[in-house]
Amino acid sequence: MRLEVKDLTKHFESTLVLDRINLEIREREFVGLLGPSGSGKTTLLRIFAGLVFPDSGQVLIDGRDALALPFEERQIGFVFQSYALFNHMSVFENVAFGLKVRSRRKRPTKREIEDRVRQLLKLVQLGELESRFPAQLSGGQRQRVALARALAIDPKVLLLDEPFGALDAKVRVELRRSLRDIHDATGLTTVFVTHDQEEALDLADRVAVMNQGCIEQIGTPTQIYEEPQTPFVFDFLGRTNSFDCVIENGHVRLGDKVLAVEPGTPDGPAVAFVRPHDIVLSRAGNAQPTDDARLEKPAVVRFVSALGQRAAVELLYERKLIEAETSREKLTELGLHVGDRCSISLRLPRIYAKADADRTSGAEGQRGMRLRVRRRPRAA
Amino acid sequence: MVDLASDFVVERPARRDRRLLPLTESFAVRVTLIAIALLFLGVFLILPLVVVFSEALRLGLRAYGAALVEPHTLAAIRLTLLTAIIVVPLNAAFGIAAAWAITKFNFRGKDLLITLIDLPFSVSPVIGGMVFVLLFGLQGVLGPWLATHGIKIVFAIPGIVIATLFVTLPFVARELIPLMQKQGTQQEEAALMLGANGWQVLRRVTLPNVKWSLLYGILLCNGRAIGEFGAVAVVSGHIIGLTNTMPLQVEVLYNDYAFAAAFAVASLLTLMALATLGLKTWLEWRAGALPARTRLH
Repeated sequence: MRLEVKDLTKHFESTLVLDRINLEIREREFVGLLGPSGSGKTTLLRIFAGLVFPDSGQVLIDGRDALALPFEERQIGFVFQSYALFNHMSVFENVAFGLKVRSRRKRPTKREIEDRVRQLLKLVQLGELESRFPAQLSGGQRQRVALARALAIDPKVLLLDEPFGALDAKVRVELRRSLRDIHDATGLTTVFVTHDQEEALDLADRVAVMNQGCIEQIGTPTQIYEEPQTPFVFDFLGRTNSFDCVIENGHVRLGDKVLAVEPGTPDGPAVAFVRPHDIVLSRAGNAQPTDDARLEKPAVVRFVSALGQRAAVELLYERKLIEAETSREKLTELGLHVGDRCSISLRLPRIYAKADADRTSGAEGQRGMRLRVRRRPRAA
Repeated sequence: MVDLASDFVVERPARRDRRLLPLTESFAVRVTLIAIALLFLGVFLILPLVVVFSEALRLGLRAYGAALVEPHTLAAIRLTLLTAIIVVPLNAAFGIAAAWAITKFNFRGKDLLITLIDLPFSVSPVIGGMVFVLLFGLQGVLGPWLATHGIKIVFAIPGIVIATLFVTLPFVARELIPLMQKQGTQQEEAALMLGANGWQVLRRVTLPNVKWSLLYGILLCNGRAIGEFGAVAVVSGHIIGLTNTMPLQVEVLYNDYAFAAAFAVASLLTLMALATLGLKTWLEWRAGALPARTRLH
């Protein structure tokens, strides 16, 4: 089924939670709504479900106005964040609920219900637990029950609110895979909400990054990660170093290079965002020209930590902390230690207008906190 | 480790235990405190109970039985039970409806409704009764209209039922509201998403989740409905054999110096109260042991 929202706006009291949202989700697509808490992603999902009504705008399911449809005609399966299992019913009864509440005319026979429930429990690998109660299940098992229960009514759309939020890391990855398998096997249109960028990028066909009631960017995981269109998206998807610069005539001078900025970026103060693994280190004064923008002044190594193949280097550049990430071999080759001076080059910087970058103040705050974590430099 | 529980027994000599026990009060202090508590309980609870039954049975079992089957007393018992049978289901329905509305929906005036539900608890029952006399009595606001239509409320059974309804109004709602607030609305939403209609949500999801609290509230409501004196005394008019409930009948008998009969009726009320207490304890235990019970299934 195709889901579509047009100009969706929603206030809670006087707070604007969704600001003229436009989004189209194609048939059989797997879409992740990614954003920090308070970005409106859950509200958007609940509007799809019909649990919340928008102030204005349209919700279309296969081109039909969904806001006028009763729940049983929407054919939407919903998995709640805390699962909302019926505590007084067994696993079997939970899954059978959606079939048993149907009007006599549409209700399958007892036998058919049993077969369907068993088949679903098998699909989510819970076959042997059908007589247990929710209180006797682990978090992962409860999540599977919630999924089976949502699938029991043969939905055409599956909506999941933070489906893996309450689970530990290992179970999370496992369930991610099985959710993807179920999506592929059933041909559902699936939308899920998450604040975990790794989860969204790993699982979804397309990701919509949301912030403060708006969709900042929508695209495939690769597009989102490699071409973040707004500073917020860049910052939300991973660690970020920012360097001040100025755009003049559509070009920006960064270190020893002059780079063209994306058309549409206004002249004036700007920032260059660079990921830690795109900070290239070399020994000071040992400069070989590359394609990367080399900064004139040297940086000082403040902290080095090597874990497995990766090495994280914290540098001080013009009184600002810079996070770099490199391979362990490269670090050994450079022979960098705490207190050493080195020169840094910026690979693939993304230039945004300063005003836009300042708008992502929440993300700035997070970055500030990260820098404050380690105070005392340790030897490598 | 094995002996840990018995370390808390008071009779045990304190010297060795003092290092082990988190309680630092001396043996003497503990004994004194417990003695005071027991004495208090004895004088104010156990002794009256004993008196009620011993007075009721003072003239023997035969007299006790005779006092209970005396026509006016039987009428009082019938009236009390009738009142409870009408009031308890009505207040249970009201309690469920109010708790459902308050906890599952957002609307203007919600806080006011919560406060109003508590009103009968904060107002003296006598005032509750007075209000209905002023409202429905002959000199009252609606009195003349009711009189011309031949409807009698005050000094008749409807008045007693209405006064009892007023006094017992909060019991069920107050039991349900905190629990349902804690449970939130997610399970209801889940049921709706699965295609259940409002009635199915209430019957299959909401009520099973609160059934122990509901029973508990009904029980408390019932106890109060049977035992209510103040409000009923005002509206009943004390027409013996017609509008006297059990508590009122006790008073009438007592004022007539029919002590044994008065205590006989009182003992019946006491037994009902004790049964309520027993059921309440059982419900509390049952509700508390719920996870364990689920495990047995």
